[in-house]
Amino acid sequence: MNYTLKIWRQKSAKERGEMVSYQVSGISAEISFFEMLDILNQQLIAEGGDPVAFDHDCREGICGTCSLYINGRPHGPVRGVTTCQLHMRSFSDGEVIHIEPWRSKAFPVVRDLVVDRSALDLIIQAGGYVSVNSGGIPDANTIPVPKHHADTAFDAAACIGCGACVAACPNAAAMLFVSAKVSHLSLLPQGKAEAVKRVQKMVARMDELGFGNCSNTYACEVECPKLISVTNIARMNREFLSAKLFSEKEKIVRDSI
Amino acid sequence: MRLNAGIPEGPIADKWTAYRSAAKLVNPNNKRKLDIIVVGTGLAGASAAATLGQLGYNVKVFCYQDTPRRAHSIAAQGGINAAKNYPNDGDSVYRLFYDTIKGGDYRSREANVYRLAEVSNQIIDLCVAQGVPFAREYGGLLTNRSFGGAQVSRTFYARGQTGQQLLLGAYSALSRQIDAGNVTLYNRRDVLDMVVVEGKARGIIARNLVTGAIERFAAHAVVLATGGYGNVFFLSTNAMGSNVSPAWSAYKKGALFGNPSFTQIHPTCIPVHGEFQSKLTLMSESLRNDGRIWVPAYKKDVDRLRSKEVKPSDIPDSDRDYYLERRYPAFGNLVPRDVASRAAKERCDAGYGVSSTGFAVFLDFADAIKRKGQGTIDALYGNLFQMYEQIVADSPYETPMMIYPAVHYTMGGLWVDYELMTTVPGLYAIGECNFSDHGANRLGASALMQGLADGYFILPATISNYLAAEIHTPRFDPDSSEFTLAAEKVRERLVRLKNTGGKQSVDHYHRQLGRLMWENCGMARSQPGLEEALERLPLLREEFHANVRIPGSLDEYNPELEKAWRVADFLELGELMVRDALQRRESCGGHFREEYQTPDGEALRNDEDFTFVGAWEYKGKSCAAELHREDLNFEVVKPSQRSYK
Repeated sequence: MNYTLKIWRQKSAKERGEMVSYQVSGISAEISFFEMLDILNQQLIAEGGDPVAFDHDCREGICGTCSLYINGRPHGPVRGVTTCQLHMRSFSDGEVIHIEPWRSKAFPVVRDLVVDRSALDLIIQAGGYVSVNSGGIPDANTIPVPKHHADTAFDAAACIGCGACVAACPNAAAMLFVSAKVSHLSLLPQGKAEAVKRVQKMVARMDELGFGNCSNTYACEVECPKLISVTNIARMNREFLSAKLFSEKEKIVRDSI
Repeated sequence: MRLNAGIPEGPIADKWTAYRSAAKLVNPNNKRKLDIIVVGTGLAGASAAATLGQLGYNVKVFCYQDTPRRAHSIAAQGGINAAKNYPNDGDSVYRLFYDTIKGGDYRSREANVYRLAEVSNQIIDLCVAQGVPFAREYGGLLTNRSFGGAQVSRTFYARGQTGQQLLLGAYSALSRQIDAGNVTLYNRRDVLDMVVVEGKARGIIARNLVTGAIERFAAHAVVLATGGYGNVFFLSTNAMGSNVSPAWSAYKKGALFGNPSFTQIHPTCIPVHGEFQSKLTLMSESLRNDGRIWVPAYKKDVDRLRSKEVKPSDIPDSDRDYYLERRYPAFGNLVPRDVASRAAKERCDAGYGVSSTGFAVFLDFADAIKRKGQGTIDALYGNLFQMYEQIVADSPYETPMMIYPAVHYTMGGLWVDYELMTTVPGLYAIGECNFSDHGANRLGASALMQGLADGYFILPATISNYLAAEIHTPRFDPDSSEFTLAAEKVRERLVRLKNTGGKQSVDHYHRQLGRLMWENCGMARSQPGLEEALERLPLLREEFHANVRIPGSLDEYNPELEKAWRVADFLELGELMVRDALQRRESCGGHFREEYQTPDGEALRNDEDFTFVGAWEYKGKSCAAELHREDLNFEVVKPSQRSYK
């Protein structure tokens, strides 16, 4: 099959970028989207041109490195998959495919389709953990967790931190990402002890870093390759509100009743 | 050189306790003055950096990815072993130790493996405390499953994403230490060289992948946690960026490389489909708990299947060859990875492979779905089935999966002693990056265990024994002559690569290297094949250095330059792997020499001559590497022919 690719080219964060057209031909429907870009890059290198830079690593849908905005959608047209799991059979012969980087103030472009998502790390550093040291831990089975809670926590913990939610959001909000981590930890007894501080610190950091506000468009859920649910945002809002309303001490007392 | 593993005296069950009681400690005030560099942020690196930070050392951690959370440990699917014996099915620290020694085909060090089994339980406790959402029973307690090659259920798991959840746990611990100021993160950095001053590891040279700047970092000790080198085969289940370069630079600076030929070929991967394929995808071994592996028993059905004249379900049970169940009735589909992989290769080489390429076998869930119901199978393997369907556009609920072995893990790596220190003082290697615990074959769900054991518990205890003598050593100046010289050499090599000005891309050579290694040093090796590889590898290397083309410049984000450096190292490593495979005139675990097999095609070990670790010393040129032996003494487990029949 043949495709026309319109790809965002930008030398560095400081320079201006533009869309550039390329042709690729003889592409098999079975190969992955990245293998198609590999072919383009081999073509460009052979011609003495500059290959297109794009982020990718595991190529099996779990590391969260890949980050292409394809035909106006993060990770392309197929629901619930990352770009690396996208195959050319999802595109029709002769199609024009637009490929852009994630667009968000908090994700500056590094080069071409590669962006800097360090802001997501900074949010986790603000409190996305349970503060335990590696010594003197009681036996794992001393903390029973109802299966339903463990499963729901897992659903939230499945977030791969790719940033598609930010790219999809008209406000470039990181609410789905942050709420997934807040939910994961607040649903488990291990995470309860510092739940109040955690949600406050993570939300404050998110605001500092230039992410927008949530206006409930739910585009994030639709585009999330791991199908993380917006109910996590509702849960985070509740956590945040109750953290505001009650002091930590009151909350612990309330939770234990 | 005499290799001394420094194994503590005493009965095996007491060694680790005895070691810890005697190891020197560093007091908290002094820890702050000691710098440690950790390279890599997978399970081993992230857990080590977090724990060293928690202890109060001043830690710098490096990764080539944009964030530490993306290291390839994240792709581990199946689970993590521990000797908790929660199911009460007879497990114990001793049994986990015994199974790991036997599974490794008696080519690993008893004392290390026992220690691994001993700390396995602490790992689970810590991960649960961190909030890792392991699978649970309705009663709220943790559940286990059995995993390839084990007769007990000792594997803890988080759906098919155990590696992800454990790595996110380690990443969260690391993030906490970064926030506390104990750890500094350097992301998007390739570590290109080690700096050795007066015989001790004192720092690294890194390339900032965004700006291209060559940076120098000094420390009192350097820890490599850089994973395996499976990408020498081009096609593997590793991430695209996984590489040997930091370990290889350590080798060139005097660290010995142990058992480089020991690679693991995982039996259940999605088969190769075409020439543009860039990587292979693993399907968790846990699938073998319920899937049955078969090929047609008759050639006529093979042709009809390949031409799609019949569907797999049209072949009656009597015309199928469930070859693992036939050959290994006791373990059936659950034989260890090396055995399952070779059996698949044997059937496909004999002409019974089922895909259009002839290199695939069926992994069939029809019986399991009938027995347990689709809902149960979905709960166990749903995400794996989806992943498979996404890649090959076929549903495993309706038609059997097609699988074939692929390179997955490397048991070989930098030689380390009991303290996980390489032969360069102050340079440590942990996780897949070292050679230590898996012998000639790794059991399923043991890689996660080893990475976290090394990082959370073992290295933090052993490194203080070295650093205690370093408290009077002032911080190093990265502008000193040793660092300047090392940085200049790195820059020179980059300039040389960049200015080759040839015609072919890096991938062109990487593919050729991969094919050569897979054909001649892959699942089955022979003397003529290995000798042929030894002739062809230097030529390929020469051609690469004469004719590779690298676009762009040094001082910018340049992925082709990154790849070129990595492939240049792989081209050298390949030769060492072949030399190691050639010297080991026996078959053991994942190392199968065609000349050494039993009459029924099983691996034939030669304990008398080869019960040793082959550790190679760099001598200036690829062809001059010198072999040293660390003899393995089995005091507790007596080596026997592995039998899974």
